[in-house]
Amino acid sequence: MKPLESTIGRMPLSLPVLTPVKAPTATHCPYCALQCGMNVAVEAPEQGPDGTVTITPRQDIPANAGGLCQKGWTAGELLTGGQRLTTPLLHGEPVGWDEALDFVAGRIRAVQAEHGPDGVAVFGGGGLTNEKAYLLGKFARTVLRTSQIDYNGRFCMSSAAAASNRAFGMDRGLPFPITDLAGADAVLLAGGNMAETMPPFVRHLSAMRESGGQLIVIDPRVTATARQADLHLQPAPGTDLALALGLLHLVITEGHVDEDYVAARTNGFDAVRTSVAAWWPERVERLTGVPVSLMRRAVAVLGRARRAAVLTGRGAEQHAKGTDTVTAFINLALALGLPGRPGSGYGCVTGQGNGQGGREHGQKADQLPGYRKIDDPAAREHVARVWGVDPDDLPGPGRSAYELLDALGTEAGPRALLLFGSNPVVSAPRAGHVTERLNSLDLLVVSDLVLSETAALADVVFPTTQWAEEGGTMTNLEGRVLLRRRALAAPPEVRSDLEIIQALAVRLGAPASLDPVRAFPTEPREVFDELRRASAGGIADYAGITYERIAAETGVFWPCPDTGHPGTPRPFLDRFATPDGRARFVPVEHRPPGEDIDEEYPLYLTTGRVLAHYQSGAQTRRIAALNAVVAETFVEVHPDLAERLEVSAGQMLRVVSRRGETEGVVKINPAIRADTVFMPFHWAGANLLTNPELDPVSRMPEFKVCAVRVERVG
Amino acid sequence: MTRLVVVGNGMAGARLVSEVRARDKDVQVTVFGAETWQPYNRVLLSNVVAGTMVPDQVRLLDPAWYADHGVTAGLGVEVTEIDREAGVVRTADGHAEPYDVLVLATGSEAIVPPVAGAERAIAFRTLDDCQAILNAASAARRAVVVGGGLLGIEAARGLAGRGLPVTLLHLAGHLMERQLDAEAGLVLGETLAGLGVEIRTGVVVEEILDEGVRLAGGETVEADLVVLACGVRPVTGLARAAGLEVARGVVVDDELRTSDPSIFAIGECAEHSGTVYGLVAPAWEQASVVADLVSGADKGARYRGSRLVTRLKAKSVELAAMGETHVDEASDTSAEVVRFSHRARGTYRKLVIRDGRLVGAILLGETAAVGTLTQLFDRGGPLPGDRAGLLFPGLAGASVADSPVRMPDAAKVCQCNNVTKGQIRACWESGARDVEAVAAATRATTGCGGCRDAVEGIIGWLCEQEGVSA
Repeated sequence: MKPLESTIGRMPLSLPVLTPVKAPTATHCPYCALQCGMNVAVEAPEQGPDGTVTITPRQDIPANAGGLCQKGWTAGELLTGGQRLTTPLLHGEPVGWDEALDFVAGRIRAVQAEHGPDGVAVFGGGGLTNEKAYLLGKFARTVLRTSQIDYNGRFCMSSAAAASNRAFGMDRGLPFPITDLAGADAVLLAGGNMAETMPPFVRHLSAMRESGGQLIVIDPRVTATARQADLHLQPAPGTDLALALGLLHLVITEGHVDEDYVAARTNGFDAVRTSVAAWWPERVERLTGVPVSLMRRAVAVLGRARRAAVLTGRGAEQHAKGTDTVTAFINLALALGLPGRPGSGYGCVTGQGNGQGGREHGQKADQLPGYRKIDDPAAREHVARVWGVDPDDLPGPGRSAYELLDALGTEAGPRALLLFGSNPVVSAPRAGHVTERLNSLDLLVVSDLVLSETAALADVVFPTTQWAEEGGTMTNLEGRVLLRRRALAAPPEVRSDLEIIQALAVRLGAPASLDPVRAFPTEPREVFDELRRASAGGIADYAGITYERIAAETGVFWPCPDTGHPGTPRPFLDRFATPDGRARFVPVEHRPPGEDIDEEYPLYLTTGRVLAHYQSGAQTRRIAALNAVVAETFVEVHPDLAERLEVSAGQMLRVVSRRGETEGVVKINPAIRADTVFMPFHWAGANLLTNPELDPVSRMPEFKVCAVRVERVG
Repeated sequence: MTRLVVVGNGMAGARLVSEVRARDKDVQVTVFGAETWQPYNRVLLSNVVAGTMVPDQVRLLDPAWYADHGVTAGLGVEVTEIDREAGVVRTADGHAEPYDVLVLATGSEAIVPPVAGAERAIAFRTLDDCQAILNAASAARRAVVVGGGLLGIEAARGLAGRGLPVTLLHLAGHLMERQLDAEAGLVLGETLAGLGVEIRTGVVVEEILDEGVRLAGGETVEADLVVLACGVRPVTGLARAAGLEVARGVVVDDELRTSDPSIFAIGECAEHSGTVYGLVAPAWEQASVVADLVSGADKGARYRGSRLVTRLKAKSVELAAMGETHVDEASDTSAEVVRFSHRARGTYRKLVIRDGRLVGAILLGETAAVGTLTQLFDRGGPLPGDRAGLLFPGLAGASVADSPVRMPDAAKVCQCNNVTKGQIRACWESGARDVEAVAAATRATTGCGGCRDAVEGIIGWLCEQEGVSA
């Protein structure tokens, strides 16, 4: 067995210490949930966006430990380039702030007078800082008094969150430090492609492999990550759940169940054991296309490992059965005795920059700060007291993200939408329909740093500060709360989201008990101090975390109930966060995708990311160096399919689903399944096709599989 | 409220009951099973014989399931009569259970060949049989399995895995003759022989003795445990007595209805379009259709037959056989046959293709192709022109291992930071002589770190070239 204390700092992949720059600001990357530490040096930092920005990786942040991908290295370009918004827009024309804010407040008042509080909706994002997410939720519930608030994280983390809450009573992406992975003997990764999405993460997996551990990847595509795996299981899209059930079946028949652990730390195994008896490997092979022999090898590796981790990503989660799929992988981890063991566990690999913190502090339809449930009377009581309002005045749960977007402008739905840090025209499923809904609104307000596809539809656009121009906290994929620091001044006519929220609160008038200026501070630290109180006693308890501690400790793990508490890197070592302290096995059954292939639509479409772009591409598509790598959307096809279609690389293909059609350049890849095509979702296009069927528990749409046909263009 | 009665609590009956309950919480369900066991997964019985599972692990439903789901279960209760006039089924203990809808899932029973001493052998069919085999195996010194079909092979492999010398006797000229061609049967036999199963094909069993099995011609194969796996026949007595149409099985239409529209039949007792299916997948597809119809969840549900994939479940023997595997290649010109055989490695692969679609296959020996081919067969997907890639996955997509020498300048070395070999060369030409210097200039290796070896290799090669030319 390998020593537990292996850390990335001792990895054989030693890194060059790059030439330090003058007086850099230590902060974090604007993009993904790995939140790589980076130093941002600016010549003449207070002179606005015309200075030169130099980015170098920080060595003191364990998640990246000196690494950065090309997105990170080039993140400074948007700070200085001419691509960003520098003035508010009213119906596309530049206007002053007062005019824009007065217009928005006036329209909100009019809409609410006619349609009630729920006539106005709020849509947030997983890239917003904890402070922004918190204040946005508070603004929605106390000033707008609308129940209609949700965020794009519903499209990312909701299935993993629902499954983790069900099993462990807590959803913290990785319930262990990322550096634990290097010490594992095996890692099973289902539906994640970190080599493209968060490359420095791979250093932890490489460290594991270099000291003898094995990486098993489950993915319908031979991704850059799958290519590095010791074992790659390549199921048909939409069949990961069956595969997980088959693996658990084999864990049981091969005698790898940790019976002592199951007896001491879990409930419900018998029902799961019985249910997976029906998932013998030959049956699973037929459904998934994964050979029995590979399943057996994977189980042998997991069964032999003294320390192992099971990880899931969006590939397994973004389905109408995503919650059950994650549950099946958690069941597998529990049977092997992994969660809550030092150096082992189950974790989900969070995607968006603040995808973890963004799902904890109240921008979710069913939630209040501290990961509290909005329908829990004690939670309402606590948060209302912190906010200084009557608990009975807080609205109840609202619609989930897609249901909210789908209801916009309809008889029963909201007539106005305030949107912060999201670009649903590109990122929502069945995006053509969502765009129609957005166009049918009486008022669309977008706060963004660039004129995204969604901002281009808005009545009013607020230009907002970006990462290096603002302070705040981000909670990374480990549940480690990090400090974002201001490295340079924003352009003069750009304001922070906190300032925008306060300005609207002042105009709209907060409840009588609140002073809108004091209730909606613009200084992130003040907001954070209130968030600490609001989250105190909740599942995601930040009460003991301060900016000073984060700076001194390079991050603090929640829960951290008081300032003397060291934080909780591994929350399940002694007990799980369930009422009885035991993890729950939940029996789940496989079911086919919401839309399977047929004569008319004979191919699966699956969607995902490329290394050079992030999310809807609103930022990365405006960075020249990244566009030089991948400049346009593409359709990845197997050579056999290309041969049948008589297309070659570089030609255009039209991809058609029941919901829409789009075109992309042909990219031929022998490593994709012949019955599947892949499109990246960073451009408007892929999501015109995707299926908005929702997971019954998490309300996650089925982004990862739908039926399409392809046609040669011309 | 509809009263549903299910006769038979095996793979088909138990599946139907849980599928109906998943669709309809209200329908009144009564199920009778002749065996006293909770329903169990017959597919896994060979694991029990092999000792990788215990009987407790093969159950399909937990004991509490029936009570939790409001289903009345008569386990160990034999149904003796269907009274269609009265709309009831009668049981051996004199009970009459009324039904609005009746589903027959009576399954099949083991065929015991008409040879003298057959009562000395144990048929391999039920969990009780497994128990009997296990009990006998613990004291036995030699075993004989009669019947070289799927079940017989699994039983023989399981017993051999327990360390018992096993002889497999088979009447036909080669093993699994219904699914395999002669060469595949031969290769399979050799694989089994390597695992301790002696194979005797083309032999006729004349009598089962206390000390073994006497073959035609007088030879006695010694054994103190004889297992019979000579096939199964559908259990149709109830249906026949009730006047339902019965051929080999109970005849059903695309709704799985028998000649009496209020009575359905599914699983191994049913005959659909002239076929009696002996595998679990068709039975479960049928259960799903009947559950849709009975519950009203999908009144349009129909069963159109199943494609058959036979997958041997025996440790260290990988065998999949599907569809049409017997083709007379001399006369049948519309069939395209692709074959690869490597007996010494226990490998035999055969594809039968018609109109560009896979209609049959035999895959013997471990291969990553089995998943893809099964799905192509199941879905009738179009095949690529290059058939070799189907038999040898990876052949088509294999990438050339790039050495620093052969790699073109335009080749991307660092994916994370989009750095080409040409850029690294340029960097070297301007003086960089180690990875750190290249990283500082190009950012190569600073992302996932995976290209460090490649960058080192390129620098090393460039330095070597310099030495050569200097």
